[in-house]
Order: sequence, then structure tokens, then C-alpha cells
Amino acid sequence: MSEVPEPTHRRRAHTSTRDLERYAGLFAERTGVMRSSAMRDLMAITARPEVISLAGGLPDTSTFPPQSFAAQMTRIAQESAAEALQYGPTEGFEETKDCILEVMGAEGMLPDPDDIIVTTGGQQAIDLICKAVIDPGDVIVCEAPTYPGALSVFSSYQADVVQVECDEDGMRVEALEALLADLRSEGRRLKFIYSVPSFQNPAGVTMSLQRRHQLVELARAEELLVVEDSPYGLLRYGGEPMPPLYQLDGGDFVVYVGTFSKILSPGIRLGWMVAPPPIMEKVVLGKQAADLCTSTLTQYFVREYFAERRWQRYIDDLVEIYRGRRDTMLEALRTHFPAEATWTEPEGGLFIWATLPDYIDTSDLLAKALRADVAFVPGQAAYLDGRGGQSMRLNFSGVGDEEIREGVRRIGKVIAEQVELYGALTGEQRAPEPAAEPEPNVLPFRKAEEA
Amino acid sequence: MKVAVLKGGRSLERGVSLRSGARVEDALERLGHEVLPIDVGRDLVKRLIAERPDVAFVAMHGVGGEDGTVQELLEILGIPFTGPGAAACARCMDKVQAKYSIEEAALPTPAWFAFNQTAFRELGAADALGRLEETLGFPLVVKPSRGGSSLGVKFAAAPSEVPQALVSAFSYDERVLLERYVEGRELAVSVLGDEPLPVVEAILLEGDRYDFEARYEIGRTRFACPAELSAEEERAVTEAALGTYRTLGCTGFARIDLILAADGPWLLEANAIPGLTDTSLLPQAAEAAGLSFEQLVERILDLALRPAAA
Repeated sequence: MSEVPEPTHRRRAHTSTRDLERYAGLFAERTGVMRSSAMRDLMAITARPEVISLAGGLPDTSTFPPQSFAAQMTRIAQESAAEALQYGPTEGFEETKDCILEVMGAEGMLPDPDDIIVTTGGQQAIDLICKAVIDPGDVIVCEAPTYPGALSVFSSYQADVVQVECDEDGMRVEALEALLADLRSEGRRLKFIYSVPSFQNPAGVTMSLQRRHQLVELARAEELLVVEDSPYGLLRYGGEPMPPLYQLDGGDFVVYVGTFSKILSPGIRLGWMVAPPPIMEKVVLGKQAADLCTSTLTQYFVREYFAERRWQRYIDDLVEIYRGRRDTMLEALRTHFPAEATWTEPEGGLFIWATLPDYIDTSDLLAKALRADVAFVPGQAAYLDGRGGQSMRLNFSGVGDEEIREGVRRIGKVIAEQVELYGALTGEQRAPEPAAEPEPNVLPFRKAEEA
Repeated sequence: MKVAVLKGGRSLERGVSLRSGARVEDALERLGHEVLPIDVGRDLVKRLIAERPDVAFVAMHGVGGEDGTVQELLEILGIPFTGPGAAACARCMDKVQAKYSIEEAALPTPAWFAFNQTAFRELGAADALGRLEETLGFPLVVKPSRGGSSLGVKFAAAPSEVPQALVSAFSYDERVLLERYVEGRELAVSVLGDEPLPVVEAILLEGDRYDFEARYEIGRTRFACPAELSAEEERAVTEAALGTYRTLGCTGFARIDLILAADGPWLLEANAIPGLTDTSLLPQAAEAAGLSFEQLVERILDLALRPAAA
């Protein structure tokens, strides 16, 4: 047997200036709108252990029982090794779809399994719908603020993104109507409306029932596509459950995007899309081109996991944990944030959206916060038009209560310093002290304890 | 030779530093050195004592790594290191210090004023803003005194924009400076040993400022190296840069940033540890001078080990 020398680890050689120019000349036009940012680079520091990061959007996977994980994987290895290691159908396994039907059923939806495609996370579903319908310059309407990860997808397809203002009841549908009229008069082509109606990322707000009806009626009347992204629907900590847009519409004009990321694990990269057959046909072709099929191994894992019939109990556990953490964060915000700050009180999901006085730029504040070993996501990430500079997204699912309290305290301290400094600069007396009584921050939300 | 590559740390430019460090490690390996990568943290001194490297390659940017802190420790431990010494680093990192020195040497730098937070919080410095705005004119530039990669640099087009720009800049440092805005070409002169390398010009997309994104996003900014300069312009620019390098006491290498305006060069700042990433200017300048990245790294090591040979 001939000895093959073990290759030594080598980094790629330094890219010369000429290489850079050559590569830059190769780049597709769409990469011009894919922007890197100083903020993303600053996030390198959040990896350090002393930094409390309220910036991520991570579910707490430490709550998942390792024995259960081990048992399921062992079962797969013993009973279905060959299949689980093989390619699968592009649309996903029927058994995975059965699990999806259970999850959607828990929110009152009953789609045709043939309308479902299993995707590599919900993120791929967003990518695939764009791939199917977006030409450069086509208009996508979404909420302001919206999920930053969706904005990167929209940008990469060179869509013309228009963001419609949100309030505590979600996207302002009357503003959307006015916008549609404008677009029509300008002859611009709207391809779809993207919305995260429940416990929105990043704002934490939930679209009211009335707005949901309005939006669906508008979509049906104007024959517009709505992409409903619902990663957190089952993570409700208070208030009344709301019917998904998909349920109200019946699946004619609403394309539904779901995921196992927040109710089971983001590491398994399993999401799905439900769309009417003509769209599904194109989406399947797109998926085939992208990655042939979603991981069969993790589809087997989900199948085994659901067979244990404990998935809803696990969600109940998560709801308990996250509700407590949300309350801890709200309490900490009331204690440590200055009187001028406002924030949302989400009834579910993973995020709180806080807004500061307009002279504070949260992208710059992040630099100061990082020096105090705490991180958040500056609001600008949730807009493509430069807005959001006064807001920040805070995550309460990824870290424990103690860290939430300490993290919010540190952020509150750096804000207070900036408030005081601005006062000194402008001669305006501003109280650096936190408000004794919380502002009534346009809060239509019922407190968790009332729910 | 055993070379410790110091990188990362907890400055805001950690990401840039990790990229610089990775490139350097790779080059050192190819040069046949034993590489000891160190993400700088609490155990730095312990590790240096235990590992006893022959030389340290400092690939850190920003506060902590570029301001003399790490250099001071290396001097105490008697480990030779790349780039300028602790004192020069401290002078370069702090733009206010650097500008004092540059002015004292009668080198051209845009008119400026510096404030620390205490001046505003306790001494009512806000009342002096109007007067200094009159001197500097608009637009004016607000910069954190210690910071790199243009982080926290703000432009104020009118008096009403100054307080907010100050609040932002103060997010990065306790001291900021307000500087007259000079319109002109963005140039950088890297100095290696005592030799100026070819001048690099950053040619921005229309409407862009030379900010963080413009610096590090491949393809965003076009760099011309050597910059197209007349012989006279080149001499003026190089002389100003070398003068700054010497005035600040730099050794090994440094990069001097300046603006070439209609009335000549205006010095903005000196970088004691210029970036060594793919889009950084020092490697580009070295390349234009015929030095590959490995040769550049080898030369930098030589200068650290045999300063007299420079």
C-alpha cells in the first residue's frame, strides 16, 4: 500500500492587489448591493466570554434533553441508517410533512401536504420564493423594521424594497394601501408583501386581528402575494392566539414560511414553505438547483422526535422559560433605561425593540456598550433605507435571567451617560436618572400575568 | 524562528486584527517559521513567558494593541517585536497627541480643537462650541481621539449637527477632536524601515466617504498604487509623511494618512500598526514596490530583530 503524505494545513496565500482587482471584475452586479458593515465586524467582540450578548436570535438549545437526542439518533442508526444517509425527495419526506402538519395544526392551519416543501431552514424558503418571482427592480414590500436576514435575501435578488411603518398592531395596512396606489401610478411591479405578523423580528409586535383581516382582504382583492414568515407562532407568553394570515386566506394568496428552528433546534436546519401549486412548481425547481434536497438525516431526527409525542410539552417548557426571561428583561428595562426610552412588550417570540432619544445613534452606542461588555443589534440592521438609527433589538431567549438583568443594566448605564452628555452639549437639562414610573409606551399589550 | 503573532484582543477592530493576523501567520509559515498564534487576553504574559518566542509580530489594531500597551509589556519581557515602540505607538494612536507633535514640527495638519468629556460635563465647554465652529467652518469632522478604521468619525454640515456628532464620537473614546474638513484626494504613505513605499490613493465611489465599509469591502473602493501624482506632488506628500513618521518616533513601519488638497498635503493621522488584510494599504504599497507579502513580512521581522540594520 502506497503511503499518501498527509497534507499539511495551509491557509490560502495572501491575495495580491492584482487578484483583488481581478476578482472585483468578476463580481456579479448583485453583489454590489450585498453590503458588509462595520456593525458586523464589531460583533467579532461579542464572541469573547466576558461579553453578555443580547444581540443574537438564538433559542436556548441547552433546554433540549440530551438523553432524548441520543435515543433518537441511536434509533435512526439502528433502524434506518441507509435511508437516513441517502438523498431524499426535493419536496421533503411525507413523514416530515406529517410533523409539519401537526405543528401547523396546533395553530389552526390544515394545508394540503402537496403544497408543502421542506427547506433548509426558513431562510431558504425566503430565498426560494424570491428566486421564483423576483426580477431585479421588482418591488417587495415589508415591515419597517423587518427581519434583517430577509433584507439580505431581498438585496441579493436586487429587489426594490419598500418598508411600511409598523406600530404596536403590526404593519399599518392603511399605509400599505396608500403605498400600493403610489406604486400603481408609478407603474412599478409589486411582487409580494413580506410580513412576520406574530411577535415580529425585530420589533416584537403582533399584527392585530383587524389588520390581519384587512391585509388578507387587500391581498385577495388586488391578487397580491403575501409571504407570511412565522417562526415564533407557538411561542406565545400572553394574550389571545391570533389566526395566521394563511388560515384567514386559505392558502390562495398567502405563502406560509415555517421552521423548526425556534421550537426544536436551529442546528437541524429544517424549515418549510406552503404555497399554491403553480408557485410550488417553480419553488421545487429552484430548490433542486440550490441543494437537491433538505438534509435527510435531520428529517429523520424530526420524525423520531415527533414520534415520541412530546414536542408540544417541550414547547410548553420553552414558553415557561422564555416568558420568565421576557419579564426579567422588561423589569430590567423599567429599572435601568432612561425616561426618554420606549420599548415594545412582546406577547411572544424572542425580541424586544427599544427606541432611544433621536440624538443617540445605536450603531455608535454599540461601540460604547461593547467596551462595557454587552452587545445588542443596532436598529439600522432592520432597515435598508438608513432608518432605525435610534432603535435596538434585544434578545431575551438566548441568555439566563441574571445575564439579562446585568446586560440591560450595562446598556442603561451607557445610554444614561450619552443622555447626560447631550444635555451638557445643548444646555438642556436632562435627567440621567431612570424613570421612577415606567412610561405608558403605547402598550396595548396585556401583561403576562393577566394572560 | 519562533514567532508569536499577537492578534484579536478586545478592541473594536478585533475583526480586522484577526484578519491581519491570519494573513501574517500564513506568510510566516510559508517562510518556514514556527508560528505561535495568540488571541490576546488575560493570559498573554503567562503564555509569552512559557513559550519564549524569539520575536512577536504585533498584528493588533486599536486600543490595547496599537496604543503601546502590548508594546510596553513586550519591552518589559525583553521580547523583540514588530512595528514602532511603545512611546511611538502611544503618540500615533492618540490623534490629539499626534496632532500636537505634527504641529510642533511645523508640518501641515488641518485646524482642530480637542475636548474630553469632562470639559463638556463639568466645565461648560459647550459654550465654546460656537467660537470654534466659526474658526473651523462647515462641514467639520468630529473624530474620536483614539480609534481606527474611521470608526466613529462623523461629519457635521451645520452647527445643529455638532452635538449629535459629538455624542456619537464620544461613544468610541473619552476624548474627541473637531477638525476642519479638507477636500482633496485620500492618500496613504506607508513607511517601511526608513523608506517610503509608493503612495496609495483610495478612489471612492461617487458619494462615498472613506469609512469602514469603503476600507474593507472588496471592490467597494478602487485603490491606485502608485497614485498618479506629479513629481512635485509626490515629493511634497512623501516629505510630509516621512516628517510625520520621524516626528512621532516611528520605527519598523507605519502608515501616514493624508489629504492632498489644491494647496498641498494635509496630514490626518499616523497608524502605528497599519492593517494587513486583503484590502489594506500597506501590503498594496509593498507590492507596488516589488515586495510580495512574504517578503514584506520577512522585512518587518528583520527590522524588529535588527533595528540598527534599518
